[in-house]
Amino acid sequence: MAKILAGVGTSHVPAIGAALDLGKSEEPYWKPIFDGYEKSKQWLAETNPDVVILVYNDHGTAFGLDVVPTFSLGVTDLYPPADEGWGPRPVPDVHGHLELSRHLAESLIFDEFDLTIINEMAVDHGLTVPLSLMCGQPEAWPFKVIPLAVNVVQYPPPTGNRCFNLGRAIKKAVENFDDDLNVVVMGTGGMSHQLHGERAGMINREWDNRFLDDLSGDVKRLVQLDHVEYMRETGAEGIEMVMWLIMRGTLNDNVKEVYRFYHVPGSNTAIGNIILENV
Amino acid sequence: MRKPRKYDDIPGTYVFDFERSHRGYHLNMFCMSLLKENNRKEFLADEMAYLKKYPMTDEQRQAVLDRDWLGMIKLGGNIYYTSKIGATLGHSFQYIAGEMCGMKQEDYAQMMINGGRAPEGNRSISENSDG
Repeated sequence: MAKILAGVGTSHVPAIGAALDLGKSEEPYWKPIFDGYEKSKQWLAETNPDVVILVYNDHGTAFGLDVVPTFSLGVTDLYPPADEGWGPRPVPDVHGHLELSRHLAESLIFDEFDLTIINEMAVDHGLTVPLSLMCGQPEAWPFKVIPLAVNVVQYPPPTGNRCFNLGRAIKKAVENFDDDLNVVVMGTGGMSHQLHGERAGMINREWDNRFLDDLSGDVKRLVQLDHVEYMRETGAEGIEMVMWLIMRGTLNDNVKEVYRFYHVPGSNTAIGNIILENV
Repeated sequence: MRKPRKYDDIPGTYVFDFERSHRGYHLNMFCMSLLKENNRKEFLADEMAYLKKYPMTDEQRQAVLDRDWLGMIKLGGNIYYTSKIGATLGHSFQYIAGEMCGMKQEDYAQMMINGGRAPEGNRSISENSDG
């Protein structure tokens, strides 16, 4: 049987990918961020999952504004890195896990989560930057990846509660998959950031850390946070943090926080990283 | 008429709701076209001719030509889309962010290094005017 070993929360700032790709990871500005992820990288290498379900959002790359699906699941075997305006990132292709993704799609839809199905998609920094932060610069990504894309661009994104419940349904689906697979779920985006308007640059360190605390301490509070609270307190684009609640929903009620890293700034954003293991 | 929303009270913030998305649709889809290398070249060779291929308003076209980053947002642009113009021109996100809040890039970058813009005084238009 397949099982979910742990969940990872991480930011997915594009400038971090650019810094790594351009060989700037030792520069004083970027070094604290890459150093902060060292423990996570070691943890992931030791945990050695077969599959990562990676919850992220596309940023007007694969999806335009013509059709805006709330939740979309990749069910194919290959996701090339996207050209986001400066050429594709020089990172390996992302390979899917056909059988598990098909099982997930079927199980989730019968569980009444009406997913959009993705059969072809290039993946932007939202998906590749977390892989870079958690794996470094390998020749090939060391596991299969199933992308789960969430709309957080066109208001309104799904509620935190809905995200958590989708995570619950993913947990059930994975646990009902016959093959022995070890799965890690990543929830990405955030933390505090506002990228637009006169309020750009807003960071709320206290709020972010309370969010990190409550991923293990008080999930009930987190799932009830409304969109205005996220936007007011953490910047309009901080609403991405609802995606972390999908990751949290895939875990047991009780989890152990095994690592946390928080750093300001990564370009415009508060960088957060947490590892939660099932207990 | 659109009903007032709670998020209208957040200062300096333009939530990308259905009204803004509809207003900025062609502006944003123009931006998305810049994901393709050939389109970037064509845009840079003759910006107005390229902009005319998209049925956006003259005001939106002018905002693009003027590099009026905040203006584009006010006209329905979404930052994840308008930043593709920035990428095409070789601007960083921080440069665009600085422009939108009326700061030089180096001052904006320093504000971020110092911990970012504080939430205090930036949460609510009504609270700010009351207090």
